[in-house]
Amino acid sequence: MKMLDVNIAGKIGSFAVSARFQAEQGVTALFGPSGAGKSTILKMIAGTARPDSGHIVAGERVFFDSVTGVSLPARARGVGFVFQDGRLFPHMSVRRNLTYARWAGRREASRSLEEVVGLLGLAAHLDRYPGTLSGGERQRVAIGRALLAEPEILLLDEPLSSLDRDRRAEILPYLEAVANEAHTPILYVSHETDEVARLADQVVVVENGNVGAIGTPAEILGQRRFPMDEEGPVSILEGRVIDVDERYGMARVEIGGALIELSKDSLPVEGGVRLRIHASDIAIAMQAHKGLSIRNQLQCTVEAVELRGHSAQIALSFGRQKLFSRITTKSADILGLKTGMQVTALIKAISVESGRAKIQGKTERQASLKVFPV
Amino acid sequence: MTGTEAEILLLSVKVAFFAILVALGPAFAVAWLLARRNFRGKAFLQAVVTLPLVLPPVVTGYGLLVLFGTQGALGHTMETLFGLTFAFRWTGAALAAGVMAFPLLVRPIRLSLEAVDRGLEEAAGTLGASRLIAFFTVTLPLALPGVIAGAVLGFAKALGEFGATITFVSNIPGETQTLSLAIYALLQSPTGNEAAFRLIVIAILLALGAVLVSEWVARRLVRGERA
Repeated sequence: MKMLDVNIAGKIGSFAVSARFQAEQGVTALFGPSGAGKSTILKMIAGTARPDSGHIVAGERVFFDSVTGVSLPARARGVGFVFQDGRLFPHMSVRRNLTYARWAGRREASRSLEEVVGLLGLAAHLDRYPGTLSGGERQRVAIGRALLAEPEILLLDEPLSSLDRDRRAEILPYLEAVANEAHTPILYVSHETDEVARLADQVVVVENGNVGAIGTPAEILGQRRFPMDEEGPVSILEGRVIDVDERYGMARVEIGGALIELSKDSLPVEGGVRLRIHASDIAIAMQAHKGLSIRNQLQCTVEAVELRGHSAQIALSFGRQKLFSRITTKSADILGLKTGMQVTALIKAISVESGRAKIQGKTERQASLKVFPV
Repeated sequence: MTGTEAEILLLSVKVAFFAILVALGPAFAVAWLLARRNFRGKAFLQAVVTLPLVLPPVVTGYGLLVLFGTQGALGHTMETLFGLTFAFRWTGAALAAGVMAFPLLVRPIRLSLEAVDRGLEEAAGTLGASRLIAFFTVTLPLALPGVIAGAVLGFAKALGEFGATITFVSNIPGETQTLSLAIYALLQSPTGNEAAFRLIVIAILLALGAVLVSEWVARRLVRGERA
């Protein structure tokens, strides 16, 4: 099994970088804010920048070792590098770009050109020149060119950051296909949560030039997206009050396209609210129920299931909002919860932290109230 | 065109062609150093390369005479080592033209090399290409328009070179008398006006042809890139 072992420290200018992690087959995301040193780490692995100390070993091959003085040049490392800006050769056709590693780099790819062209949907573009391609097409060619270099490791340096939202959505399925098909470690640098959530098997957090937490996307992103409070994980939802039913004392609140009902007493009269829902206050059903006292039922997609001893944490999404539920492991097993499943989230009780004034500019009211089942 | 005129034209083209042929390699090397390397004396090299452009051509011609004349240090060495004589020979005219055209060759090549994205060479490296192969497959093709622009500009300069040539190798019909020198000689004699005019027309046509050819080459290059 091919594996990448990185333990390096170095400097680019006055910016110090150190990194220690391992990557196996599958996608490892180097995740962190811009300027955190993610790309520098990637360049040191590729051989276009040099660390001061440490080692980089891919499988049996030593790329760099400051003790023995080994430092292979980039061309001898056998990595495929997809640059942020593509870096296609402008004077060559797409076909010549794709096959560059073969005719100029003398690398024989086990994948055929046809296979990669098919994988990335480039058949219609082979005779075009990079200058005439759209941004998305260009990045697909760059990915194909790297794949055809027969890489032992595939390195992608924010390959989608130069693209707009639609183009990103266009390429992500291709990247998923590449990730599923590749038998090599893939390092994917990004600061976009959704890309990492979608592609990564392992997340390495990079901050201020250092590696922080390492874990699964659910562990890393879950913690980030769903802050903990003293009672455990919570979901934070942004919504707005639509109207108030005076007879029952209930308010309807719109959250990401869905409506839920809350006791009006805990809410401002109108405008923006932020709801804080404890994970243990959300139950999960396989379908919507009519005969229940719980009226807040949201159609959700299971994003992640994580078992922690006897309790299970379930990440859910509906629209662009995220929910976090905590149920027993036994319930999760009986329901057979898996990523991608459609389920109904039942919101039993809600603590409302309202008047956030995000939308209407009202002053913040630091009240956290419990509202009972509606 | 008379036989003499054809001879003058042929000699001019021969002198200019060999001047550029020999100067192009060193000019590319100097342009590369100036564009890509940092070293002590870079400013000095830059100044020396520009010198023929700013010195009076007569001074450059005299310098060549001192260095490459039969008694000159370099001239003597070249003659004993390679049997190559410059003084009062067409080879000397080519040398003078090459030296005078040198700064015009270096500048466009340097600019085009500076415009080549180093990231593309880096990309070629990650795809397994050695530095040499990356140079020939990426750097040189991308810098080619600048090389051609420099060659055309230098060729035009070499064709018209006058001051350094007449100082260094004199004005010998059939040996060193290029187009400009022949026109000058004819204008000196009271009966030469008509013959001079014919040569002037030839010079204009030659210059026009060179510019058209370079435009055509440049357009073909651009089309190849965008097609």
